[in-house]
Amino acid sequence: MTTLKIPTPLRSYTNGKAEVIVEGANVGEAMYHLIEQFPSLKPHLYNGDGKLRPFVNLFIGEDNYKDLQGLETPLKENSLIRLIPSIAGG
Amino acid sequence: MSPELSREEILRYSRHLLIPEVGLGGQQKLKAASALIIGTGGLGSPVALYLAAAGVGRIGLVDYDVVDSSNLQRQVIHGTSAVGKLKVESAKSRLLDLNPLIQVDAYNEPFTSANAMQIAKDYDVLIDGTDNFPTRYLTNDVSVFLGKPNVYGSIYRFDGQASVFFAKEGPCYRCLFPEPPPPGLVPSCAEGGVLGVLPATIGSIQASEALKLLLGIGDPLIGKLLLYNALDMSFDFVKLKKNPKCRVCGPNADVTELIDYEDFCGVPGHDHDEGSAGADWDISALDLQTRLARDASTLRQAQDTASLSTSPGLLLLDVREPHELAISALRGATNIPLGELAARLSELDSAKEMVVFCKAGTRSTRALELLVSAGFKKVKNLKGGINAWAKDVDTELPVY
Repeated sequence: MTTLKIPTPLRSYTNGKAEVIVEGANVGEAMYHLIEQFPSLKPHLYNGDGKLRPFVNLFIGEDNYKDLQGLETPLKENSLIRLIPSIAGG
Repeated sequence: MSPELSREEILRYSRHLLIPEVGLGGQQKLKAASALIIGTGGLGSPVALYLAAAGVGRIGLVDYDVVDSSNLQRQVIHGTSAVGKLKVESAKSRLLDLNPLIQVDAYNEPFTSANAMQIAKDYDVLIDGTDNFPTRYLTNDVSVFLGKPNVYGSIYRFDGQASVFFAKEGPCYRCLFPEPPPPGLVPSCAEGGVLGVLPATIGSIQASEALKLLLGIGDPLIGKLLLYNALDMSFDFVKLKKNPKCRVCGPNADVTELIDYEDFCGVPGHDHDEGSAGADWDISALDLQTRLARDASTLRQAQDTASLSTSPGLLLLDVREPHELAISALRGATNIPLGELAARLSELDSAKEMVVFCKAGTRSTRALELLVSAGFKKVKNLKGGINAWAKDVDTELPVY
């Protein structure tokens, strides 16, 4: 089981939940299960081709999934994925 | 040659001079140093105050806004007496009161592709205290092109981020965020709000990072992103790496000069909540009042907001969050928050005329786009939102 931390701007699509528990052996599967639970998140995270939008940053522990094996990055038991959005407020 | 410190400066900065990592030499470095703060709002306030107090010799302030009373909940550099005045002038006057021994340069203009390089070129560090995506990408690209560090901070509600983007030594902002989010996905503070003290936490971290860079001490936040949440009181760090495909600092960069950042981001370079769906789609508060009055037969009835519920031909759709209804509301309106609208379209009658509104028009414009793309044809956007109604029609309602 993996805990996915949802940033504040996206919580309106997860019924206000700050953390979501997902299944999945790798990052791609975990994201699939996230969208399965909260389909209205999909257009915000994925583009029309079904790919994660470039502004979406997933960090597995301290590391960006792009610096690991991307969506194929394996997840250990009790992994933590942080979804880090760009925010612009100042 | 570092400038000498006067007797007055030695006394003023004595607590710095006592720290071996700063000392007399460090304080002289600060006196010779300069910092450009882009934005004198929530983040710019604490950054400017602390850099001025610390004795950074020259501080540039860029902003073109005027102080509004809704700024004062967090923008502590400005006071009530400054409402209506230029932010850069209000901030300059406060900084020089705090420390008359420094120089403050005020740029009362928007930071744009046309002036940014010219303004920034003579400063040692850039500090990103802006409130919108176009100016953030602009600030990043300027810092990359000029080879200067960009001390980054951003905030939303209870969340803050901070880093030092310095392409010479690590990643830049675009390495992390190659593209901005689609317009509308990430609400601004003007739409979503921000805890007043949050920019103090993040801004003081930016000020610390700027001072470390100027002094050449410590371990800067290069290649690290700080994630702060005030509710959890959590400080988390993630590692950032240079993106080899970065379009501005990568080996094959194809962005080699400043671009049109509003076009790139699809949103304006400011955080004023003032959405308009365009002349064909907007209805003004006064026109809506007239329309409701016509429906209700008499103008007198329409001036009473209670009569809004008696307009059978028109649906008023309020797309704000439920907690905002306690601040102001139009009786008879149907509330479906923007985030839930896509999933609740079946609750709406597409044959009925509809006027969508929010606080000031930004979210309702997005709601209108969503409704139109879903096949709704008789939809209008209340220009200026319920705040416009409160200003122009029902002055008993508060503006927020």
